[in-house]
Amino acid sequence: MSTFLLEIVTPERVVFSEQVESLSVRGEEGELGILPGHIPFVTPLKVAPIKVKTGKKSSILAVHGGFVEVQKDKVILLAESAEAPNDIDVERAKAAKERAERRLNAHGNQDMVDHRRAELALQRAITRINVSSRSKE
Amino acid sequence: MAKGIREIKRQIKSIQSSRQITKAMEMVAASKLRRAQEKAQASRPYAEKLREVVNGIAAGTKGISHPMLVTRPVKKTAYIVITSDAGLAGGYNANMLRAVMDKIKASHSSKDEYGLFVVGRKGRDYFRRRELPVVGEVTELSDFPSFADIKSLAYAAVRSFEEEQFDEVYICYNKFINPLTQIPTINRLLPFEQPEAAASSGVKASYEYEPTPEDVLKVLLPKYAETIIYGALLEGKASELGAKMTAMGNATKNASKLIGELTLTYNRARQAAITQEITEIVAGANALS
Repeated sequence: MSTFLLEIVTPERVVFSEQVESLSVRGEEGELGILPGHIPFVTPLKVAPIKVKTGKKSSILAVHGGFVEVQKDKVILLAESAEAPNDIDVERAKAAKERAERRLNAHGNQDMVDHRRAELALQRAITRINVSSRSKE
Repeated sequence: MAKGIREIKRQIKSIQSSRQITKAMEMVAASKLRRAQEKAQASRPYAEKLREVVNGIAAGTKGISHPMLVTRPVKKTAYIVITSDAGLAGGYNANMLRAVMDKIKASHSSKDEYGLFVVGRKGRDYFRRRELPVVGEVTELSDFPSFADIKSLAYAAVRSFEEEQFDEVYICYNKFINPLTQIPTINRLLPFEQPEAAASSGVKASYEYEPTPEDVLKVLLPKYAETIIYGALLEGKASELGAKMTAMGNATKNASKLIGELTLTYNRARQAAITQEITEIVAGANALS
């Protein structure tokens, strides 16, 4: 099976750099799967888990604030954070989820910026929890 | 005489313990410096990639525009100033703040014409004392700050530009040359220079953008700005540790020199005391005989 090089880069370091068979992400316009030979392509990503397949192994990462750039034989995923299940602090994510939910309920729609921020925090927390629970199955 | 000797001895002891501290601080700074440099290095691929993509979009599509690429008449300017929390870093903060003050004095006549985003306690206190307009601040960062630490300030700065509160954003940090040299640098962050479309247009494959090139740019440009701010912060940290290492190295050297001099004085005084005592004894014995 043919492969392509996937690089996941955050402002802090290169998180991942390996030959993989497929990558599936949730883009701004919807889910999309990337296989070798995809046309050159750029899209921002939503806060969501991404799935990476290498042979029999498949791994999953929590990504937020990212976008993906597909080149001819290489895919680059830039994100503000990208965490493997082992790096995720589930307790913290759960606490963050509760905090965000409380904030959303309390504020209603008073402050747009705060509301938006709480929403994003909630998404991030949920993504983290999902990723870490799914990897254990 | 004897009292003078004791005095000198006490002084030597106190300088010795100072030297021990400065020596330890020097070594701590040296080992942290290496890590800080590695961290600054590690952040580079991200920034470079982003620039590549942004330039790619600009090159591949004609007549693209975005508020962050357009130069507006400047009514109000923002400065992001990166300083340290702790002192004992030689001229690190003083040089930076002087450069910023020179720049402000040269280009603004009143306090309404600019705002300051400050990183680090030293800078914040400096501007507060002078009652200059500090709009945002971050203090008590670790020596190896993560992107999340600076994110809120970077976001606020970029946003205030987008909302036209500020028409220009400058970033001021100490550029790291080597542990001995750090240069206070003031760069314009926003609006961005128009990327050079001509240079890379031939090489790049044409990309598909989803949803549209404009939308992608709208997401990427603020990110790019934030990344540059983060990069400057990391470089500032490396500079801070370099400056600290050098300053503490000098302090250690000075202490050693001082101890040497004092030891010499001490030995002389001791010898003089002994000589005097012998003279007195001999004189006494002579008087008896």
